[in-house]
Amino acid sequence: MMQVRIHGRGGQGVVTAAELLSMAAFTDGRYAQAFPSFGSERMGAPVTAFCRIDERVIRTREAVTQPDVVIVQDPTLLHQVDVFGGLSTQGYVLINSTRSVEELGLDEFLNTFPHGHVCVVPAGDIGVKHMKRPIANTPLLGGFAAATGAIKIESVVSAIRQKFPGSLGARNADAAREAHDLVVSRLRDDKGVLHARAN
Amino acid sequence: MRAQIEGSQAVAEAVVLCRPEVIAAYPISPQTHIVERLSRMVKQGDAGRCQYLNVESEFAALSVLIGASAAGARTYTATTSQGLLFMAEAVYNAAGLGLPIVMTIANRAVGAPINIWNDHSDSMALRDAGWIQLYAETNQEAADLHIQAFQLAEQLSSPVMVCMDGYILTHAYEPVDVPDQNLVDAFLPPFSPVQVLDPSDPISIGSMVGPEAFTEVKYLAYQQQLRALALVPEVAGDFERQFHRLSGGLCTPYRMEDADIAVIALGSVIGTIKDAVDELRLEGIAAGCVKIGCYRPFPSLQLRAALEGVSRAIVVEKDLAVGMGGIVSVDIRMALQGSAVPVHTVIAGLGGRSISIASLKRMVIEARAERLNEPHFLDLNTTVIDAEQSRRREQRRAGPVAEQVLRAVNAIGARTT
Repeated sequence: MMQVRIHGRGGQGVVTAAELLSMAAFTDGRYAQAFPSFGSERMGAPVTAFCRIDERVIRTREAVTQPDVVIVQDPTLLHQVDVFGGLSTQGYVLINSTRSVEELGLDEFLNTFPHGHVCVVPAGDIGVKHMKRPIANTPLLGGFAAATGAIKIESVVSAIRQKFPGSLGARNADAAREAHDLVVSRLRDDKGVLHARAN
Repeated sequence: MRAQIEGSQAVAEAVVLCRPEVIAAYPISPQTHIVERLSRMVKQGDAGRCQYLNVESEFAALSVLIGASAAGARTYTATTSQGLLFMAEAVYNAAGLGLPIVMTIANRAVGAPINIWNDHSDSMALRDAGWIQLYAETNQEAADLHIQAFQLAEQLSSPVMVCMDGYILTHAYEPVDVPDQNLVDAFLPPFSPVQVLDPSDPISIGSMVGPEAFTEVKYLAYQQQLRALALVPEVAGDFERQFHRLSGGLCTPYRMEDADIAVIALGSVIGTIKDAVDELRLEGIAAGCVKIGCYRPFPSLQLRAALEGVSRAIVVEKDLAVGMGGIVSVDIRMALQGSAVPVHTVIAGLGGRSISIASLKRMVIEARAERLNEPHFLDLNTTVIDAEQSRRREQRRAGPVAEQVLRAVNAIGARTT
């Protein structure tokens, strides 16, 4: 089973990201479960959402405390909330930021992860480009598909189109594809910790 | 069709498949997504001739349905927590009048302190209001139970609550097979009421009943609800034949054939308990679990049979009777009357606290070693409790408890999510 924990703030589409991920996994023929965390719900407050993906029926309902993948939609949470708590040493990290791991002050910790498992993606910038707003959730899902290979980018795109019909879905899908392709191209370089920065 | 959808969406679609004629509801988290979707479906003309009434309160919602149901309409509402308590008077009336209303409870804690997250305090508070109470383990079961609920309600002339865990189920995306309309139509015929307000054939419903007949009316209600003990499994059986999957029923055992210790619970935590049972089995502990699918009427005999042979039972319940302890465990002790099997009460998951496999396994191991308190509070933060109790001993004007505990928890766990 792959367990994913997504961190962000209220209003940033954290719960939606987990739901989309589960829909994409379902399209890929897997079992999936997405649910929000149980904390205060208000704009701007730290929010966590979870997604489990497995080859068999998922029964447990407990919060994800030992994730295989951590997605951080809002980099201001990095030194505020224990976003990496319980993360597997073989796990994956996706962070929305235009800065490098060193600039984020995370190099010491993140350099211990396997090659290609840490992706810093300018997801907010990609969001602005496609949607005129720093929407990071759908680009990060594209990055997730590229970095982990756990789901197909086509399935991510179809989940987005299903949830958001019309041009909103199309633009979100384009943003997810761009982030996906960016991470794929950086992975080709394979420089260990991955700084998928826009040129 | 099988789809990856939100629990609330699955329930709304299942309700519409049952062809309700009147829906009245007042939105309250975590029930909101269900009624929002229903109101949209009605507005868009996707719910036949169903009328959706946007009322001013929960009390009004159920009161409207009492009228509509008495006039012969198939009726539905949904609520939770404080909303259920606000309609409490009408909840008793719907049952006392024998009206087959179906209501979803998106289970949530009851304040104060205010908390919008899941536990069973709300539906437990009204467990003896005369409604049949069913509890869903998964979103598939939540959807299926609604289809069964209309069947049960209308056969028994009794209202039915379908209880599903707020957020944990209502807001979870997981695969659900929403059945085809023609299969539901074949399973659930149009509503044929045993009593109906009809101007061309006038009757009275809701007479005042004095001491000369009140006991007899109540006794008949008691007998009528006990009929559900036969009907619930029958309807679940019919459902399985029609839809080819198991949903509902009175109680369902899991790995109980050779179990030495049983964990009993209601609702979505059963899934987590099953995983804990599997892990305990790998560690050589013969654990099993029993799901209570129908809590009212209480299936005493069936539970007694399901627990045959165990040397110990643990009831994990998401509620608390202040001044008593457990609620479900008291019923289980009744069911096991005369047997020597010790029954532990474990209070868990209050106000949305996550119930982990690790905590459940620890609970079973501690119970076997006779180290559980009675009642036992799962994952209780004793550091915070001790600090607050000593603080309150030291000063008379100690202030409100909730705010002090929040401050203490934040000071201790500032860097956890």
